[in-house]
Amino acid sequence: MSITKGYQVRLAQVRRRRVAPMSEPIIEQPAPVTGGGDVLVRIRGLVFRRGGRAIFDGVELDIRRGAVTAIMGPSGTGKTTLLKLITGQLPPDAGTIEFDGEPVRARDRAALYRLRRRMGMLFQSGALLTDLSVFDNVAYPLREHGRLPASLLRKLVLLKLEAVGLRGARDLMPAELSGGMARRVALARAIALDPDMVLYDEPFTGQDPISMGVLVALIRQLNDASNLTSLVVSHDVRETAQIADYIYLIARGQVIAQGSPEALARDASPWVRQFMDAKPDGPVHFHHPAPALEADLFTRGRH
Amino acid sequence: MLFDPLARLGRAGLGVLERLGRAHRLLLAILLGSAEVLLRPRLLIAQLYNIGVLSVLIISVSGLFVGMVLGLQGHYVLARFGAVESLGLMVAASLVRELGPVVTALLVAGRAGSALSAEIGLMKATEQLAGLELMAVDPVRRILAPRFYGGVLAMPLLAAIFSAVGVLGGFFVGVGLLGVDAGAFWSQMQNQVDFREDIVNGVIKSLVFGVVVTWIALFQGHDCVPTSEGVSRATTRTVVLGALAVLGLDFILTALMFGD
Amino acid sequence: MSRERNLEILVGAFMVAGFVALFFLSMQVSNLSLGNAAEGYQLTARFANVGSLKARAPVTLAGVRVGRVERVTLDRTTYEAVVALRIDAEVDNIPEDTFANIFTAGLLGEQYIGLEPGGSPEMLRDGDEIMQTQSALVLEQMIGQFLFSKAGGDS
Repeated sequence: MSITKGYQVRLAQVRRRRVAPMSEPIIEQPAPVTGGGDVLVRIRGLVFRRGGRAIFDGVELDIRRGAVTAIMGPSGTGKTTLLKLITGQLPPDAGTIEFDGEPVRARDRAALYRLRRRMGMLFQSGALLTDLSVFDNVAYPLREHGRLPASLLRKLVLLKLEAVGLRGARDLMPAELSGGMARRVALARAIALDPDMVLYDEPFTGQDPISMGVLVALIRQLNDASNLTSLVVSHDVRETAQIADYIYLIARGQVIAQGSPEALARDASPWVRQFMDAKPDGPVHFHHPAPALEADLFTRGRH
Repeated sequence: MLFDPLARLGRAGLGVLERLGRAHRLLLAILLGSAEVLLRPRLLIAQLYNIGVLSVLIISVSGLFVGMVLGLQGHYVLARFGAVESLGLMVAASLVRELGPVVTALLVAGRAGSALSAEIGLMKATEQLAGLELMAVDPVRRILAPRFYGGVLAMPLLAAIFSAVGVLGGFFVGVGLLGVDAGAFWSQMQNQVDFREDIVNGVIKSLVFGVVVTWIALFQGHDCVPTSEGVSRATTRTVVLGALAVLGLDFILTALMFGD
Repeated sequence: MSRERNLEILVGAFMVAGFVALFFLSMQVSNLSLGNAAEGYQLTARFANVGSLKARAPVTLAGVRVGRVERVTLDRTTYEAVVALRIDAEVDNIPEDTFANIFTAGLLGEQYIGLEPGGSPEMLRDGDEIMQTQSALVLEQMIGQFLFSKAGGDS
């Protein structure tokens, strides 16, 4: 397929012009006054608690313009929650999140919606509207946010569908699509409004190797072709490392390692090694925290 | 230990209050989003179809049977007092004042209300609502508000169809089968059923029921736990709470309207 | 496009059916077709006792319905019941010396007003009062009178 071929070439280019790793101590950086400069999303001192448990406890990270940034970590570390915080679906308990120099405020609906028109998000499930065809799904945000003439709308939608290789599937209903196709349609919809940034929530989960490869290629391709900024949240180490320019590893509510894929590959800390090399036991234990087995077995309890 | 039941009661009470608060906030958001419905009448038409047109069959069949039963039972009672001429009055008054609005609301809660809850709940479970949010489209305005107005508008029309078909059903049984004089049937009805007192009040009742039933259905769907179990609970709750609310409100409204 | 059009047609048909049903209920089932408050003209009549006469009771002439009772009030100086009648506009030739009775439909039925036209050439106009009235027959009073006259006859 031409996409994959193009991807091979592109990937080679990408590796050559990979952005330089950022200077390490980000904490000391002063907050920008206007605009985001090189940084599109800036997160400082982020604290988020749910049910008394701190999911994030002082997370600091920057998402650079034009780059593919990946946020990785074991399941349950709140990666999806982080996306919800960035898109303002949840308000943080402390700390700031800025998009292009403008704070993301979950309470201010109008400002939030203005920001969201500049973001596209790819949900794990695709989140396509089940009662609309593929074409109408991609046309949806265009119809909602502007009154384009029908012929122009059609051209735009077909171009977006072409970008994900599904122009021929325009008349199918979401129920007729495979999981990978649904995700690609959702991607076409996410980029329909030509956003500044696309957020991907676990884009590789549950995909067969072929559609996984297609998605990997698409994310990189779209990022470079349309001048996008991409944020990929994933725990698929291999695929993510292929396309990411910069990776944040999150665990226990904090960023515990960051750097380019090559840098992380050389990182010697046991935690990074366990995650990147997919070892079953290490700093992250196989067992969920529990009292000692002997003590638990020989006491009375309801369970 | 001693205060455990008390604490449970308190927690349950607070939970109910919290849900009520969320329900009212949702209603407020829907009402604030009303403009969207006016700007995009197509959305409303689709919902009038889902809630109204698709309910017409069950409503008219039920109305016909209820009217026919009223004709039979009314004839039985009235014949004892030698007042079978008042059969028309009895059938029409019971339908227009009570059975039309109430039975229609119960049927709509069961058919359209549960469908609404399931639809909204599934949209939530499959992240479609969150997806809309992230496309900077307010799901309350775009999805909930048209459904709300669809339900509110369809309810009185369905109730009117129910009552009208019911009166005809009563007429067929009373006049056709039991031999009540057709003239007396209609004239007694027309003499005693008042437009403002009975018909307008009946329409007001069904408007109120329309608001409450649709509101409950939308809230249960919107507030459900986004799992398959949560969605099924939400639809059950819609039917149970919807029916209870309709019957309870009917008592209050009847007392306010006719209880002098 | 055609699916959308079918939808619109069906919804339109539903709205029409709903409004036809409402119209049917208003015109055929209720008393709206029998002239509402704005139509016709008003007469008043005073009665010593109206029995259980209620607003909306029919007003008939020769057994034909010509209007309805609009309201029943009490004149607090004369202690009489003042009944306002709304008569249909087309019945505009009720003589001045018409007699107004309160009748009962059947033994236990609703009470209504029956008009018995007199012979005067002058007709009643809007706002006029019917001077000759006959109060309602109250069953208890009748029985009481009957027993009383019976007792009187014996002595």
